[in-house]
Amino acid sequence: MTDPIYPADEASGLWVYLEQQDGRLAGVSLELLGRGRQLAAEAGGKLTALLLGHDVGPLADEAVACGADQVLLAEHPLLQHYTTGPYTDVVTRLVLDRRPDILLLGATANGRDLAGRLAVRLRTGLTADCTDLRIDAATGLLLGEVTGFGHGVLATIQCPRHRPQMATVRPGVFPRPAPDTSRSGSVEPVQVRLGEGDERVRVVRHSSRRGVDITQAKRLVIGGRGVRGDFALLRRLARALGADVGATRVAVDEGWARDDMMIGQTGSVARPQLTIVCGASGAMQFTVGIQDSETIVAINSDPEAPIFELADYCVTDDVFQVIPPLIEALEREKALGRR
Amino acid sequence: MLHTIVCLKVVPKSEEVTINEETRTLDRSRARSEVNAPDMNALEMALALKTRHGGAVSLLSMGPPFFERYLRLGLAMGADSAYLMSDRAFGGADTLATSYALAEGVRAIGGYDLIICGDESSDGATGQVPPGIAEWLELPQITYASTVRLNAKEKLVQARRELGAGFEVVESPLPCLVSVKQDINEPRFLDFQRWDWAMNDAPVTVWTAAGLGLDESRLGLAGSPTTVAGVSLARSAERRHEFLSGNPEEVAAQLLEKIRPWVRAG
Ligand SMILES: Cc1cc2nc3c(=O)[nH]c(=O)nc-3n(C[C@H](O)[C@H](O)[C@H](O)COP(=O)(O)OP(=O)(O)OC[C@H]3O[C@@H](n4cnc5c(N)ncnc54)[C@H](O)[C@@H]3O)c2cc1C
Ligand SMILES: Nc1ncnc2c1ncn2[C@@H]1O[C@H](COP(=O)(O)O)[C@@H](O)[C@H]1O
Repeated sequence: MTDPIYPADEASGLWVYLEQQDGRLAGVSLELLGRGRQLAAEAGGKLTALLLGHDVGPLADEAVACGADQVLLAEHPLLQHYTTGPYTDVVTRLVLDRRPDILLLGATANGRDLAGRLAVRLRTGLTADCTDLRIDAATGLLLGEVTGFGHGVLATIQCPRHRPQMATVRPGVFPRPAPDTSRSGSVEPVQVRLGEGDERVRVVRHSSRRGVDITQAKRLVIGGRGVRGDFALLRRLARALGADVGATRVAVDEGWARDDMMIGQTGSVARPQLTIVCGASGAMQFTVGIQDSETIVAINSDPEAPIFELADYCVTDDVFQVIPPLIEALEREKALGRR
Repeated sequence: MLHTIVCLKVVPKSEEVTINEETRTLDRSRARSEVNAPDMNALEMALALKTRHGGAVSLLSMGPPFFERYLRLGLAMGADSAYLMSDRAFGGADTLATSYALAEGVRAIGGYDLIICGDESSDGATGQVPPGIAEWLELPQITYASTVRLNAKEKLVQARRELGAGFEVVESPLPCLVSVKQDINEPRFLDFQRWDWAMNDAPVTVWTAAGLGLDESRLGLAGSPTTVAGVSLARSAERRHEFLSGNPEEVAAQLLEKIRPWVRAG
């Protein structure tokens, strides 16, 4: 096997890579700071946040308020937009200089783009798309829990010898910490050596949309293939409930719903109080995104659909028959409430 | 002339994979196989680029010997040659070892301008192999692409990346590695005129680790820094499983009673 680039006994500290866009930290980065804080305490080490970008200084204070003991701040015009090459170079240099034990990233598109590249550059192991992270009390190793090994089975992956132990985590898995502005931490600007030649992939155009952040929804109405494109109906139901609208991958692939509305292994993980799943079969890659809901309602015309195994209230009927009277009932209720 | 290498993985149809209730392990024995869905989109993209810019498409896969059938289907769709890396030494690889082996396969094919992968595999499903291949080969990478345009004269590729909450258009010099999202195009049907050739005469080169001169300690299980520490049952919350019955109005009324605690007041 390739030798570790530095030995485990010389590695220390837990690092969280912060993803930022348009002057905001990604939700998953805040979630990682919250969980990272707990894990660092368990491991008896420091929590360091890595912040790369251009003019992103103010975000460093937010990272401290959310749990970082130290922020390594790397600023450079070439880091304004995420691109693989320069970001990999900067993080690699910091890792080689300071030898962290653990490096966590969000499993977003760019987080996975960076993590996959870094893990090979650093010749280390990466546990991707974790649904939980723990520290093994006996060995002190990072344990990453992953699904995808089949229905109802979770595997725990570890990286015994190679450092840093890397993992990516899906958005929404951990709760966001409440910022505590009285926390203190250091912000250390680090030197960035990059030249035009380091940037092989150039961002020609960038467009980001501030959609709803579905991971934070308290109530969620989700549509699958069975909704046959009628997301307008779901939006009416959602409005009557004060809920957000999510979608299965099929519904997103069909173009009925936007990418950022996708729930599940490829999409987001949400933990609402109430989830109403309409016309979705309940594939495991989908249900990992809703299994921690407090109450789940499933509406599906097929009584054998696996989604019912996960539901508290099961309606075996056509969504187009059941949802309109439900909307009416909700609206009547609201009208009564106002009187 | 454009030479594109497409990385194809064959995966069990996920809806047919079952769990052995006793051992709680994955039972793939009853599952049929298929080419990993986005890899079909990768292949279609490569074939469309070939139609437009000329050149050749090579297929590369790492897996057991039965993968060959699926590579031949790719040849029948329009690819020109196929390479299968098949050896017990490749088994049990994590992403470091998988990407290392595939990168060595790409090197052995040689003379390429573009490598196209799927964005993730349904049984690996981490999307970490494509950036890994790009790093081993020191190539620029464009992940999560939905469209790809080529400026063959300038040797530039321009692609739109889908980022969840937004998108970006990026440009990279060739050679370059691109991973594409599922369903970005309609994979073409087999070309029946190519069938006989693809099934019988077309070259499918099978490589072992030794055949490629690879260091076995960097391959498969032996070359993987991560290990499985344990397997457990998913936590499943106790659910009520209460079926509501009646006509739609009655069901709606009952449902409202059930969910009232969570309905926003007013
Ligand atoms: C690597 C990988 C990652 C994936 N990640 C995700 C992910 O993040 N999120 C995700 O959702 N999927 C994901 N999938 C896909 C997943 O496996 C399923 O294919 C998908 O969730 C199915 O979506 P669906 O339930 O909408 O469609 P289907 O499985 O087709 O189910 C449609 C359901 O609607 C019901 N129905 C039809 N008409 C009606 C009607 N009129 N009224 C009521 N019910 C009706 C049917 O009975 C059926 O049960 C992933 C797959 C892979 C391989
Ligand atoms: N064994 C393999 N053989 C060929 N291509 C592979 C293999 N494993 C992964 N890939 C490629 O890498 C992509 C992402 O896979 P993964 O990183 O496993 O999710 C796939 O869509 C394939 O294009």
